[in-house]
Amino acid sequence: MALFGIFSKKKKEKLDKGLKKTKENVFKKLTRAVAGKSKVDDNFLDNLEEILISSDIGIDTTLKIIDRLEARVAKDKYFGINGLNKMLKDEIAGLLSENQSIENTNNWNSNNTNDPYVIMIVGVNGVGKTTTIGKLAHQFKKDGKKVYLGAADTFRAAAVEQLDIWAKRAGVPIVKQKTGADPAAVAFDTLKSAKTNNADIVIIDTAGRLHNKKHLMDELSKIKRVMKKIVPNAPHEILLILDGSTGQNAFEQAKQFTKATEVNAIAVTKLDGTAKGGVVIGISDQFKIPVKYIGIGEQIRDLQVFNKKEFVDSLFK
Amino acid sequence: MFDNLSSKLEQSFRLIKGHGRITEINIAEALKNVRRALLNADVGFEIARDFTNKVKEKAIGENVLKSVHPKQQIIKIVHDELTKLMGGEQVGINTTGDPAVILVTGLQGSGKTTFSAKLAYLLKNKKNKSVMLVAGDVYRPAAIEQLKILAQQINVPVYAEDWNKNPVKISKSAISDAKLKGIDVVIIDTAGRLAIDKKMMREISNIKKAVTPQETLFVVDAMTGQDAVNTAKEFNNILNFDGVVLTKLDGDTRGGAALSVRTVVKKPIKFVGVGEKIEALDVFYPKRMADRILGMGDIVSFVEKAQEQIDEDDMRILQRRLSKNQFDFNDFLKQLRQIKKMGNIKDLVGMIPGMKKIVKDTDINEDVFKNIEAIILSMTPEERENPKIINGSRRQRIAKGSGTNMQEVNRLIKQFADTRKIMQKYSGGNKMTKAMRNKRRNKWKRRRK
Repeated sequence: MALFGIFSKKKKEKLDKGLKKTKENVFKKLTRAVAGKSKVDDNFLDNLEEILISSDIGIDTTLKIIDRLEARVAKDKYFGINGLNKMLKDEIAGLLSENQSIENTNNWNSNNTNDPYVIMIVGVNGVGKTTTIGKLAHQFKKDGKKVYLGAADTFRAAAVEQLDIWAKRAGVPIVKQKTGADPAAVAFDTLKSAKTNNADIVIIDTAGRLHNKKHLMDELSKIKRVMKKIVPNAPHEILLILDGSTGQNAFEQAKQFTKATEVNAIAVTKLDGTAKGGVVIGISDQFKIPVKYIGIGEQIRDLQVFNKKEFVDSLFK
Repeated sequence: MFDNLSSKLEQSFRLIKGHGRITEINIAEALKNVRRALLNADVGFEIARDFTNKVKEKAIGENVLKSVHPKQQIIKIVHDELTKLMGGEQVGINTTGDPAVILVTGLQGSGKTTFSAKLAYLLKNKKNKSVMLVAGDVYRPAAIEQLKILAQQINVPVYAEDWNKNPVKISKSAISDAKLKGIDVVIIDTAGRLAIDKKMMREISNIKKAVTPQETLFVVDAMTGQDAVNTAKEFNNILNFDGVVLTKLDGDTRGGAALSVRTVVKKPIKFVGVGEKIEALDVFYPKRMADRILGMGDIVSFVEKAQEQIDEDDMRILQRRLSKNQFDFNDFLKQLRQIKKMGNIKDLVGMIPGMKKIVKDTDINEDVFKNIEAIILSMTPEERENPKIINGSRRQRIAKGSGTNMQEVNRLIKQFADTRKIMQKYSGGNKMTKAMRNKRRNKWKRRRK
């Protein structure tokens, strides 16, 4: 059984509800464009382009999808909206990389039985890093794991307090220092104490930073480096948090954070609004970084393991 | 991205060369590229479409200026329209009232709390107002604490009721408290909310009704994508806000959301957040935003300057002389002076996209031009027209006359000869055969290896 009860019916309903507005639009427009036609024409492609771009999928990825679709249609021929819908979904899903198997998300292998599995959280300001950590801690704890949090966002006012509240809600220990302390030192202390106490998973919060500020990106590299002194393979996971309402700038975020810290997983937040987070499709395609989680609300349970089929289905149902 | 748009426009305008006028046919491809540039900058889909249509109407029928590439002319039209849409002039905020109330609203993580503190700092230190911050975000963990810490840093009082979960009541009590204390401006920070969250939207609407603010501000993250249109529309339907605050503009986003919001709600953008420091709040400059969305340096000013300074007839004569290999030192001098008229070289170079960063820390010696001018002026009219006759003894005389030395004179004459060769190649480019072009291309390819 997967950790998060992936897309249990209830949760699926919630995601569907969040994406409902989109779906109605998409469905209506596509149906209208296709109605009574036996081949893909310009009108249909124009509509498709509008739909994809309006989901923040971006012009390059949109053109890629359209090109592929056209090629498929030329090869397979297409009959009616259903066939086309499936083709479209296939093409989009093909661009999304995800964890090879769901079991992977359950396998917290740190390559050394004594060492905890370390997750470092990075992202620009206001994307929902701290909230995501709270939700993750809750889920891991529920799954019987021993979790430690490290409050390495020592910059933003009350960031430590915020994580502290989440730690209490989830019922997990937190390692913290005062605001203004060296974040690398906090990460170091957290790993040390987690290791001593035989923790299974450590989650390190970091301050939000815009990816074009070199000194702040260097700081991230340093935090990462320092952690290796305690746990040689740490961090095992560097989770980039992207705000689902972010546009094409998310590409640059993925690029720069990957450059500084070798991001190997993505979480997309705030997908319970009208934003569709389509930008992750292109990012996943280009950087081959799997999307691991999606955030769909402010409650502690509102985090899901990403499933590309469900994600794409929800858009084109 | 600008370079991208620029080179794409270049391709589009191969068609226009030789046409004296921009027509529907030769502009179509260019507009497609403009539209793509806008979409890449996160301008809303429909807004980008309407916008390019408007540009088309403006551009068709315009004469292609000789001195300026049609690409740049289109960019200028795009830019002018964009600036116009962004709003003519800056609009300040209303701080008259007893007390004046400013309600700060927006999505989660857009930067409301940080903005509230920055605005308090600005009003207190630049406008000499007494300010009170109100902690109206009762939901997010430690949001009240965050506001308290920021307020303490700038020495501004905070009204908070840690036990109270009703932001409507908190806001009302805060205002009575502020009245008693004779505070000038009350800034109410509120919880982030999604536009489709009916309950939360009702709450913010109730806060607004209860406090009748002088200013309701909508805070939006500059990195927002297509959803900016929906969100701004919904917030405006419910709140009819007075202005927009654009945050995180110190990032490298193009900020097309600014255009989307502005177009959809027709409300002025009043402030922009440009950093994490408390002073990092700026008023909004429509023109800069237009530059940014298009991703360009100040190429527009460059075009404007060129239009002012370069005489079209002169250009035509020059072109003819170049193609007939009659380009001489007199023409060279004329060109030099025209460039000088356009202003400081460093500024000019800085206007070229991507160059600003490079020239920022380097010194460009303006004296170089002075020396060149002096050398040319020390030549006889005959020498200027026919540089071939400048032999050793003439060079010596020129060096003496211009107060320079032989090396400098030699260098200039060599440079002039090289320039002439290059210019002739370009102006005679049409005659270049395909074989020649390929040959050159291969040579380049080889060299790159």
